[in-house]
This record gives sequence, C-alpha cells and structure tokens, in this order.
Amino acid sequence: MHKYVLIENVQKSFETRQGTFVALKDIDLKIARGEFITLIGHSGCGKSTLLNLIAGLTFPTAGAMICAEREIAGPGPDRGVVFQNHSLLPWLTCFDNVYLAVERVFGKTESKAQLGERVKEALALVHLTHAEQKYPHEISGGMKQRVGIARALSMQPKVLLMDEPFGALDALTRAHLQDELMKIVAATNSTVVMVTHDVDEAVLLSDRIVMMTNGPAATIGEILTVDLPKPRDRLALANDPHYHKLRAAVLEFLYQKHAKVAA
Amino acid sequence: MKAKKYFLESLLPPLMGLTLFILLWGMIAQTSPNLPGPIKTWDSAVELFSDPFYIKGPNDQGIGWNILFSLQRVGIGFGMAALIGIPLGFMIGRFEFLNKMTSPIVGLLKPVSPLAWLPIGLLVFKAADPAAIWVIFISSIWPMIINTAVGVRQLPQDYLNVAKVLNLSEWKVFTKILFPATLPYMLTGIRLAIGTAWLVIVAAEMLTGGVGIGFWVWDEWNNLNVEHIIIAIFTVGIVGLLLEYLLITLANRVKY
Repeated sequence: MHKYVLIENVQKSFETRQGTFVALKDIDLKIARGEFITLIGHSGCGKSTLLNLIAGLTFPTAGAMICAEREIAGPGPDRGVVFQNHSLLPWLTCFDNVYLAVERVFGKTESKAQLGERVKEALALVHLTHAEQKYPHEISGGMKQRVGIARALSMQPKVLLMDEPFGALDALTRAHLQDELMKIVAATNSTVVMVTHDVDEAVLLSDRIVMMTNGPAATIGEILTVDLPKPRDRLALANDPHYHKLRAAVLEFLYQKHAKVAA
Repeated sequence: MKAKKYFLESLLPPLMGLTLFILLWGMIAQTSPNLPGPIKTWDSAVELFSDPFYIKGPNDQGIGWNILFSLQRVGIGFGMAALIGIPLGFMIGRFEFLNKMTSPIVGLLKPVSPLAWLPIGLLVFKAADPAAIWVIFISSIWPMIINTAVGVRQLPQDYLNVAKVLNLSEWKVFTKILFPATLPYMLTGIRLAIGTAWLVIVAAEMLTGGVGIGFWVWDEWNNLNVEHIIIAIFTVGIVGLLLEYLLITLANRVKY
C-alpha cells in the first residue's frame, strides 16, 4: 500500500500559564492514496488539532509529518481545507471566493478565462452554478458549506481535509451533502481526512475510522476498517447487519471503553 | 392608512419636540430682553440666506462663504489626518511591536484638548490659517488611528486561516481580506473624526480669525448681533448633522 500521508510519533503540546499541556502524543498514522479517513472522538480529544497539524496550520512539538513524500512545513495548496464554519469571505461572491483559491494555484500558468472555467467546474461539481454571483449571506448554510468544498476541491489538492464540515447543518441537509460528498470523492478519487463526532457519518463515509482517546495527552485508541462495499447507499445500509456491527463497535469505543464524564 | 401610521410614529414626535423647543425658547426670550425670539431670528435668517455669497471686504462676507471656508479647512486637515492616520492604524494593528511602541504616545496625547495645539501650530507655521488646519489634523487623527488598528486586530482568525490555507500573498491578504474586513471600523473612525473636527473648527476659528463660521460667531458677538449668533449655532448643527448622515449612508453600503 502506497503511504500518502505519514504521521510518525507526533506529539503536540501547548504552553499555558499552568505549565505544559500535552494535547496529543504518540500519534502514528499512515494514510493511503484515495483513502477516506475519519477522526472521531469526544470533544477536546484533539482531533481538530491533528487535522490542523496535517493542514500545516500548527506544528508538532515532536515527531515527523509527511504528505506526498514531502515534509509538512506549513499550509500548502496540496492540502485543501474545508472549515467547520465555511469561512467564506462575506465581501466576495461565491465565484470570487473560489477564484481566490484557483488564482493562487493556477494563476501563473493559465489565462483568466481558464481560471474562470476551473471555478465554474468546481461550482458545478457541488451543484451551485446558479448561485455563482450570489454573496455568502444570500445563500443557505448548506450552500455555503458546498462553496467551501468547491473552494477546497478547485485547488486540486492531493489531500482534502475537512473539520466537521457538516456539523452546523440540520440532519436532512447533512445527509444530502454526505451523499454528494461520496459521489465527488468517487469521481475525483480524492484522499480525505475528515473530523466528525457523528458515528453514522463516520461509518457511512470512511474506509477507516480513527478513534481517539480522551485528552489530555490523547492518542489513537483503535482503528476500525469499514469493509462495506462502495458505492454505499444509506437506505440499504439501514438494514445491513454488518453496518450495525461496525456502528456498534464505534459506539462501544466511545461510550464504554472511553466514556467521557459529562462536563 | 399607511401614511397616517407613518405620520403618527415617525413624523409627529420630532415635530412635537421641535415645536416645544421653539415655544420654550420664545418664552425665555419674552422674559430676557437681550435674547432674540424665534420670529425675530427667523426674519434675520431669511435676510441672511437670501444673499449668502456676497463679499464686502475681508471681514464681511456672506454666510455661504463662511461655511465653505470652514468646510475647506476641515477637509484639508481631515484629509491629511486620514492619509497618515489610516496607514498608521493598519501598521499598529498588524505589528504588536509597533502597537506597544506607539500606545504610550497615543494614550498621552489623545486626551489633550485640540485647541492646546494651536500655539504650536502658530509657532511652526507662522500663519493663522495653517494653524487652524493643524488643529483639525491633530484632533481627527486619533480616532482614525485607533479605530483602524482595532479593526485590524478584530480580524477573525477564520479569515486568517483561509489566507494561510490558500497560501495568499501579503498583497492579496491586504486587498482581499484585511482591507475589506477593516473598512467598517475605518468608517467609524472617519465618522468620529469628522464629528470632532467640525466641533473644533468653530473654536479654532474664533481664535485665529479669517473667513469662517467660527470667526463669524465671534465677529457678530463683537457687533452684538445675537440673532446671527443663534443662526450660526443652528447652521453649525445642521452642517454637522449632514456630515454625519453622509458618513452613516456610506457606512451602511459596506456592511456585510
């Protein structure tokens, strides 16, 4: 198996007034090309921290991190990030928000018309061609999140990093976007690392589920391989005993082995 | 029906307030022989504004000229303050070191009455007019520096993360993120600055002379023409209100 993202012995600690706070330790993870990985755990377990480390937004205190045979030395266009709260710039239209990303990656080699084509392709992929010229405040939360996904995909990243991308959406919109994400990932053969706290989402989307122990000094507790055939259909899975077995395994980890005392 | 509701809720209360104010003014004027009443002032205002742009020598010009000269001084002083204050605010907001460097100076000089700077202006420029502009400059630069810096510092971390993840150049970060995000704060600074500048210009012109609404007030006091002083008070108020309204309209256009 070709190791696309390599995380070895990574530790992350923060300096606080009470001394050093170890958020993550002994993190070892190898991700293959085209693999869909979800990070799941209770809040405060450092799963977003791990994602930010891969994104290059923060740096590990110890250990090595490699993406596509290069050390992660900061954020880069080879890793597209979808933020939890969409983070679109409110003064730019959907088109211009995506254009900003496209221009940075392809601006030196391609004409303006070609860049515009790329933006249109990315927005078409998330079915938002009709909202091109709208501003973020004029569209719904689900649509904003789709623009965020289009922005990340438009850069043709090697790895797509998603931090609870559907966490702020209602259940129906979330299901709809999960289905769309599955199709997009299948079509583009993307490598994805996604943070979630939703067990069903994790089982539905992932090839492997990385389950994290509670912090401080959180680490990877178990890794569950989801061997359900693709493409997956949420209705068919609802009656699939194997799906329920996998789901039960994640629930058992979260609520029995590593139950969190209510804060 | 709708027109009636609008009249009752939006027009009637301010009209009642103004009427009450004028009645009160009239009553006080009845008991004090030196204070002209509303009707006498109105007649004088009609006469004054029927020929606003006459010139009868350097110290006797129409009210229109007086207003325009004051606005010009405010415009120049304020414009120079914006030219220096806004970029400075950006830098102070962006670089913590610069912020720590300048904050004692800003903190020390900000509470000083702008008029205290007038002698320094007279000393350096050796003329009344640039000294008045200097006072406007110094009074309007603080709100612009401070508000711009606050705006830069209030920039949401989300936007900075976007900039990092997209690997944007410093220039793009400035034009696409920093500037648009700071613009509303900047406009607040500009609005506060122009309010202060208009407040200060009357006092500064009283001291420096020349053509201008402030000097005109002082001149009419020497002539004991109290109607004109009252007219000047209203004029200053109305022009200030218009400036404020203009900037609020501008600010509303850049709300996200």
